[in-house]
Amino acid sequence: MANEKKYWKGLEELNESPAFVKARDKEFAKEVPIEEFLGRESITTSNTSRRDFLKYLGFTVAAASLAACESPVVKTIPYVIKPEEVTPGIDNWYASTFFNGEDYCSVLIKTRDGRPIKIEGNKNSPVTRGAVNARVHASVLSLYDNFRAKTPYVHGGESTWDLADKEVGAKLAAAASKGESAKGNIAILSSTIISPSTREIIAGFIEKYPTAKHVTWDAVSFSGMRKANEQYFGKAVLPSYSFDKAKTIVSIAADFLTNWISPIEFSKQYADGRRLSKKKKDMSRHIQFESIMSVSGANADTRIPIKPSEEGAVAYNLYAAISKLAGSPVGNVTSTPYDEQISKVAAELWSNKGNSLVVAGANDVAVQSVVNMINKTLGNYGSTVNIDRECNLRQGNDEEFAALVNDMKAGKVEVLITYNTNPAYTASAALGFKEAYAKVPCKISLASSVDETASTADYICPDHNYLESWNDANPYAGQYSLAQPAIAPLFCKPRHEGTRCAQETLLKWSGAEITDYYSYLQNYWKKNLLPELSDEGGGYLITNAWNSTLQSGILEKPIVVNDSERGSSELAQANISEAASKIVNAAKGGIEVILYQKTSIGAGLQSNNPWLQELPDPISKVTWDNYITMNPSEMKDKGFSLLEEDNHVASVATLTLNGSSIDLPVFPQPGQAKGTVGIALGYGRTNAGRVANGVGANAFPWVQWTNNTFQYYAAGATIASANKTYTIGATQTHNTMIGRPILKEATLEEYQKNPAAGNEEEKIKTIEGLKSLKDVNLWDDFDKKSPVNLTNNAENLGLRWKLAIDLNSCIGCGSCVVSCTAENNVPVVGKSEIVLVREMHWIRIDRYYSSDMSWEKAKEQDITESNREYAMMIPSTDNPEIAFQPVMCQHCNHAPCETVCPVLATSHGSEGINQMVYNRCVGTKYCANNCPYKVRRFNWFNYYRDEKFLEVNPAQQSNELGRMVLNPDVVVRSRGVMEKCSLCIQRIQVGKLKAKLDSRQIKDGEIKTACAQSCPTEAIVFGNVNDPESQVAELIKDERNYLLLADLDTQPNVFYMTKIRNKDKAILE
Amino acid sequence: MHQDSIIREPLLLGKKTYHQVTEDVARPVEGKANKYWWALFFLAIIAWLWGIGCMAYTVGRGIGVWNLNRTIDWGWDITNFVWWIGIGHAGTLISAVLCLFRQRWRLTINRSAEAMTIFAVMCAAIFPVLHMGRPWLAYFVFPLPNQFGSLWVNFNSPLLWDVFAISTYFTVSIVFWYLGLIPDFAMIRDRAKTKSRKILYTLFSFGWSGRAKDWQRFEEVTLVLAGIATPLVFSVHSIVSSDFATGVVRGWHSTVYPPYFVAGAIFSGMAMVLTLVIVGRKVLDLEEYITIQHIETMNKVMLTMGSVVGIAYFAEFFQAWYSGDPNESFIYLSWNNAKGVYGWAFWSLIICNNIIPQILWLKKARRNLYITFILSIVINIGMWFERFDIIVTDLYRDYLPSDWTYYSPSWVEVGIFVGTIGMFFTFFLLFARWFPFIAQAELKTTLKSTGDLFHNPPRHPKSSDFESDGFHAEHASIETVH
Repeated sequence: MANEKKYWKGLEELNESPAFVKARDKEFAKEVPIEEFLGRESITTSNTSRRDFLKYLGFTVAAASLAACESPVVKTIPYVIKPEEVTPGIDNWYASTFFNGEDYCSVLIKTRDGRPIKIEGNKNSPVTRGAVNARVHASVLSLYDNFRAKTPYVHGGESTWDLADKEVGAKLAAAASKGESAKGNIAILSSTIISPSTREIIAGFIEKYPTAKHVTWDAVSFSGMRKANEQYFGKAVLPSYSFDKAKTIVSIAADFLTNWISPIEFSKQYADGRRLSKKKKDMSRHIQFESIMSVSGANADTRIPIKPSEEGAVAYNLYAAISKLAGSPVGNVTSTPYDEQISKVAAELWSNKGNSLVVAGANDVAVQSVVNMINKTLGNYGSTVNIDRECNLRQGNDEEFAALVNDMKAGKVEVLITYNTNPAYTASAALGFKEAYAKVPCKISLASSVDETASTADYICPDHNYLESWNDANPYAGQYSLAQPAIAPLFCKPRHEGTRCAQETLLKWSGAEITDYYSYLQNYWKKNLLPELSDEGGGYLITNAWNSTLQSGILEKPIVVNDSERGSSELAQANISEAASKIVNAAKGGIEVILYQKTSIGAGLQSNNPWLQELPDPISKVTWDNYITMNPSEMKDKGFSLLEEDNHVASVATLTLNGSSIDLPVFPQPGQAKGTVGIALGYGRTNAGRVANGVGANAFPWVQWTNNTFQYYAAGATIASANKTYTIGATQTHNTMIGRPILKEATLEEYQKNPAAGNEEEKIKTIEGLKSLKDVNLWDDFDKKSPVNLTNNAENLGLRWKLAIDLNSCIGCGSCVVSCTAENNVPVVGKSEIVLVREMHWIRIDRYYSSDMSWEKAKEQDITESNREYAMMIPSTDNPEIAFQPVMCQHCNHAPCETVCPVLATSHGSEGINQMVYNRCVGTKYCANNCPYKVRRFNWFNYYRDEKFLEVNPAQQSNELGRMVLNPDVVVRSRGVMEKCSLCIQRIQVGKLKAKLDSRQIKDGEIKTACAQSCPTEAIVFGNVNDPESQVAELIKDERNYLLLADLDTQPNVFYMTKIRNKDKAILE
Repeated sequence: MHQDSIIREPLLLGKKTYHQVTEDVARPVEGKANKYWWALFFLAIIAWLWGIGCMAYTVGRGIGVWNLNRTIDWGWDITNFVWWIGIGHAGTLISAVLCLFRQRWRLTINRSAEAMTIFAVMCAAIFPVLHMGRPWLAYFVFPLPNQFGSLWVNFNSPLLWDVFAISTYFTVSIVFWYLGLIPDFAMIRDRAKTKSRKILYTLFSFGWSGRAKDWQRFEEVTLVLAGIATPLVFSVHSIVSSDFATGVVRGWHSTVYPPYFVAGAIFSGMAMVLTLVIVGRKVLDLEEYITIQHIETMNKVMLTMGSVVGIAYFAEFFQAWYSGDPNESFIYLSWNNAKGVYGWAFWSLIICNNIIPQILWLKKARRNLYITFILSIVINIGMWFERFDIIVTDLYRDYLPSDWTYYSPSWVEVGIFVGTIGMFFTFFLLFARWFPFIAQAELKTTLKSTGDLFHNPPRHPKSSDFESDGFHAEHASIETVH
C-alpha cells in the first residue's frame, strides 16, 4: 500500500505562499552574476591567453588521465588475526603419514603461509628412516588437483551432504533390515587400510548394519604371498624384511626397490647393505631373475632374464639345489635353462646361510610357498625375514574380491561402498567387474575424484586429500604413525559444498555418537595406544603425550608374539609337493606378457599428477606414455623401429591375448627376456583428469585369474605390426657411453685390492706421450705454481659447497628429480616439448647400458676406426649391465658458461656456486651450448602463461589452485631466461641465516639440497668441504671420488664416487 | 700516373667516353623500372613481410616456436647470422683491400659489393637480437652506464666482442660506401630534370662541388678509410669465429678458426657478389663495364679462398683424428659425422665447397657466365652448410652421449631466413634503382689507362673522345693520386 502521507519542509510549503512558489523553481537564491562577470574588462585584458588556456587544459587532461592510471593491483590478504604459528616467509613443518593404499611413508610436510608445498622424509620413523620416493614427493601436487571432486554427487548431479547422507542412510537401513540371512548385501570394498582407527570405524559400521561386510582388495595384489604364509604360519601375513642384513639377495622378479611391498623402506635398507667406505669394504650381492628390466634388476650384480612362466620353476630348482646342500634333497620337478646358474646361486646362498634373503614377486601361492621353504632352509627367518614383525601393507584378498564380484553379479549386493579403490579401472577383465557393478542398485563411492568407478556411482561422497585430514597408520606390528592435516580442506563452503573425510562419512552413516574423526582418533589412541592419554594422567599429560607423538609422527609399541599360530613343518612339506605340481602347470607359451608397474605411475592412483607423468622412467627414460617393452633383437626380426639415433618415432604393434587386443608403441628394451613383452599398468585412464586421460593404454583387464589369485602375466599372446607409428617422448635416446670414461666402475674384488680401481687418472695424449692433467693445464702458472696461490686461498676460506654423488648407492629411482621439481618450481612442459628434447628438470639421471663392443674388441675384430664408436653405441641386447648417473649443474670452478655470457648473467659465487641471475639474462643460450654437461635449461616459452602448458604445468592452471604448490622462495622464471640447478641456494640462505641468528657455525647436515634430502639411498651428500668434520670432506678424500669430464679442467664442485659391482664370482658364465 | 700494360685485356669495353659512362650509370636511376624489376621487387617484399611475420611470432611467443632443444641451443639463427656476416665480407674486401693493392678491376663492382655488404650485415644483425630469449633487453649487451652500480658487461665473452666488431664494421663500411657515393650523387644531381630528384640528390651529395680541394679530400679520406677498413675485414670474421673457437665444445675449440673463417667469408662473399653482378650487368645493361674479365678475376679469388677453406677442413679433419681424443671423434669434419644422421649436411658442405668449385681450374669455366652463376649459388649453399655443420653437428654429439639429440628447423625459423633474403633483395633492388650502381667517378680514371679506348685507340682520336661532360674537368687530379 502506497504511503500517502505528505511531509512539508515548512509552513511556507504548506501554505504555498506566492513568494515561496516563485523561489521554489529557482536553483540559486540570488541571481548568478554572469553578465557582471563577462562584462568585466579585466577578462579581455587578462594575460592568460588562449594558448595558455590550452596549455593548462592539456596539462590538466594529461595529469588527470595519468592519475587515473593504476599500477597493477596485487591483492594480498593480510592476517587480520595472525595465527600464532604462521609467520610469512617462515616455513612450518608437520610430521604426517603418506599412505595411498600402496606405498607407506612417514613424512614431514613443509608448509608456507598455510600451504603444504613440499614433502620430505621423517627421519624418526624406524620404517622409512627419512626416505621418500618420487610418488610421495609428487603427492603434494595432487592436493591441488583441480579435478578432485569438490562436492558430493547424488545420481550424477552436484548435491549436498545432507541429501547424500539422508538418501544413503535410507538405503543402508533398508538393506540392513533384511536381516542376517542377507549378509553381504552391503559391502565396503577398499584397498588396504592400515589405519587401526579406520578399521574400527568400519567394524562399527558393520555393527550398525549387520548385513555389511568389508572386502579388502589391492589393484596390484600380494594375496598369494599372504596365503602361502597362512599355510605355513597359520596366519595370512606378510613378513618384514631386512635387506641391509642380507649378504646375498636373490630376487625372483620382485622389484623391491620401486614397487614390491614397501619399496621406500627396502631401498634404504638395500643401500645400507651396499654402501662402501674406508671402514666398510664389503657389500651385499644381489642376483635378480626377471623378465622385464626393472629398477631392481638394473641394480643387481647379476641379472638373469627369465620368462614369467619360469619364475616358479626357478624358485623350485633353487629350493632343490639348496635342499641338496642342506642334506635333504628334493628332486627337480622341471628343468630350466638356468639350472647351472641356479646351482651357483644356491651355493652362494648356502655359504651365507642365515644372512641371505630370497624374495619373489609372483602373486602365486605355489611360488611363495617355495620361497618360504628356501628362506626357512637357509635359516633366514629371524635374521633377514621377520614373521613376528608382520607387515600390514598389501592386505588385499583376491578370493574375497572375486566372491564379492560374483555376489554382485548374482544381485546379492544391494549397497556397495568403494573406498580408495577404483575397480572399474583396475579390475581384471576375467571377473567382469563392470557388468557386476552395473547390477548393484546402490553404488556409493568415497573416492576423492570422479574416477572410472565413481563416475557411474549413484553417490559420490568425496574424501579429503591426505594432507587435509587426520589419520593414523600401523604399517608393521608395533609400528604406529599419525597423519595430521597441514591445511584446512581446500574445497569447503561457501564456494563448494566441500569434501569430507571418509572416516567421518562412515561414522555419520553408522550413527556414531562422535562423528568428528579427530575426536574419534584421539579416543581410539587413548583407548588402545596411548594409555597416558587417559584422564587419570591429568590434562597436562594428555596434551603432552599426544603432542609429542604428533610432533614426531611416530609411536613404537612392543610386538606381542603369539607362537601358537605357527604352523608345523610337516604341513609345509606337504605344501611343497602341491606347489611343485602347480609350478609345472604354469601357463606358458606364445609371447608372455608381463604387466608391471612403472616407478612413476605405479598402479595409476596418482596418474593425474603431471610431475609423475613427466618423470622419465628410470630404465626407458620415456615420459608420458606406456608402451610394449620388447627385446631389440626380437624387434629387429619383426621389423619394428629400434628408435636408434635420436629417433622418437616408434612402431605401433597390436598385442592380442585371448581375443582382446591392445595397440601400443613398441619400445626396445635391452635385457628384456626373449619371448616376453612388458606393459606398464596405470595408464589408459579415462576419468583421471586432464593430465592423465588418454595417456597410454590400460593393461589391467589382462590381469589373469589363476589358482584363485591374480597373476600379473599372461601367456599365449601374439604380436603384429599395426602399421602405424607413434612418437615417444624420451629424454635420453643414446644408451651407451661409447667407451668414454663417464661413469667409472670397478668390481668389488678390484676395489678391495685397490680402492681407486676403475678411477685411474685420465692421461692426456701429448707429443711427449701420455701426461697427467696437471702437467698440461693451461692455468698452471697462474693458479697452481704461483707463490701467492690465490685460487686455493679463496677455496680454503669460509664456506665451500660440494655435492658428492655415490654412483654405487644411486638406484636411479627418480626421487630426487621430483623433489627438485617441487622445491625449485621447475615447470612441467608436456610430451610435445619432451619430444623436442626440452625437458626442464634441473637434475636428470643418465642411464647407460653396457655394450658388447669395446675399443679392444673392436680392434680385435678389425672393425675400422670410424665404425668402432657406432658399434659401441649399440647396447648389449640380451642382458646389459646398467648404471645410473645423476647429473645436475656441476658448479664448475672454471665454468665454461660463465666466461661466455655477454651480460654476466651467470657468475661464480664466493662459496663455489655457479649462480644464475635471471633478471640479467637476455637468453643468448651460449652458456647452454658451452656447458659440457648440458645441464642448463632454457625457458623456451612462458611456461606459466602460455596456453600450450595449460593442461600440464602446475604453475599455470585454469584456476589458481595449481599455483598454490609453488615454493615462494624460488622465483617462477619468465620466458627467455636460462635456468639450472642452484644447489638449492634458497635453502643455503635459510641455513646461513639460522646459524647467524644463533651466532654459531653451520652444522654439517643442517643444510641439504632437495635432491640430497630426498635420496632414499643417501647417494647424494651435500656439505661444506671446508668443514673438516663434514661428510663431504670425508668423501672427497675417498679414492673412489672423481670429477666428470675431468680432462676439460672445469673443476666442478660436484664429484662422483665410482660404482662397484659385486660380480667377481660370475654366475652368468 | 697509372698505366696498364697494353697486352692486358681492357677493363672497359665499348670505347666509352666520359660522357657515355655518365649516361650508362645514370640510366637506371633516371629511367623507369622494367617489369622484371617490379616482379623481383614484389617477390622480395612478400618474402620480407613473411619474415617479419615470423619474427613477430617469435618475439611474441618465445623461441619455443623454433625447434632448438636443450643440447642444440643454436641452429638456423646463428647459422644464418654467420652466413650473412660472411657474405658481408666481400664488399669491404673489394673496396678497401683491393684499393690498397691498387686493383683497378674492382672499380666496376665495388659499389654494388659494398651495398651488398651493408645489406648483408643488416640481415645478419637481425639474428643475434632475435635469437635472444628476451630481445627487448638486447641493450644489456652494450656497456651502458646503469643504476646497478658496478654491473657491467662481460668483456671475456666473444659475444660481446661480436657486438663491437660488427657495429664497428658496419659503421665503417657504411661511411666508406657513402663517401664513394658522394661524387656520383652529385653527378645525378647535376643531371636532374625533376625538382624532387634535384632536392633529393642535393641532400645526398652533401654539397659536392667537384673542386680540386673536394677531390683531394675525397682521395685522402678514401685512403684513410681503406686503411681502417682493411683490418676490419679480417677482424670481424675472426671475432665471429671466436664465438666458437673460445668455446669448450669440441669441434668449436679450434685455433684454425679465425683464418679459416675469414677465408670462408671471402669465399662466400665473392660468390654472392658474382650472383648479384651477373644478374645486375644484364638487367642494367652494364655488360661493357662488368666484363668477363672481372668475372674471371673474381673466380680466381674464389678458387684461392676455396682452396684455403679446403685446407682448413683437412686440418680439422686431421687434427680430430690425430688428437686421439675420443670426444673429437664426432666433430663436424669427421668420418663419424659423415656417416651419422647429419651425413647429408656433411656431404652438402664437402660437395658444394670443395668438389664442385674445382671446375674453376678450367679457364673456360671461369669465363663462362652460366657456370659461374650456378657455381656462385652452389658455393653460398655450401658455405651455409659449413656454418650449419659447425654449429649443429658439433653440438649434437657432445661429451655425454645421454645428451645427444637431433634438430631440424621449424617453419618459423625457415620463414625468418626467407625473410632476410627478401629484405636483402628489397634493399638491393632499391639500391639498383636509386643509387649509381657503378662508382663512375672513380671508374673514369681507368678510361685513359686501361679502357678500351686506351687499348684500341681510334685512328684519329677526336678530342671529344676524351672529353669530359664538364663536370669531371678536374679529373686529372685523381690520376695523380693513383
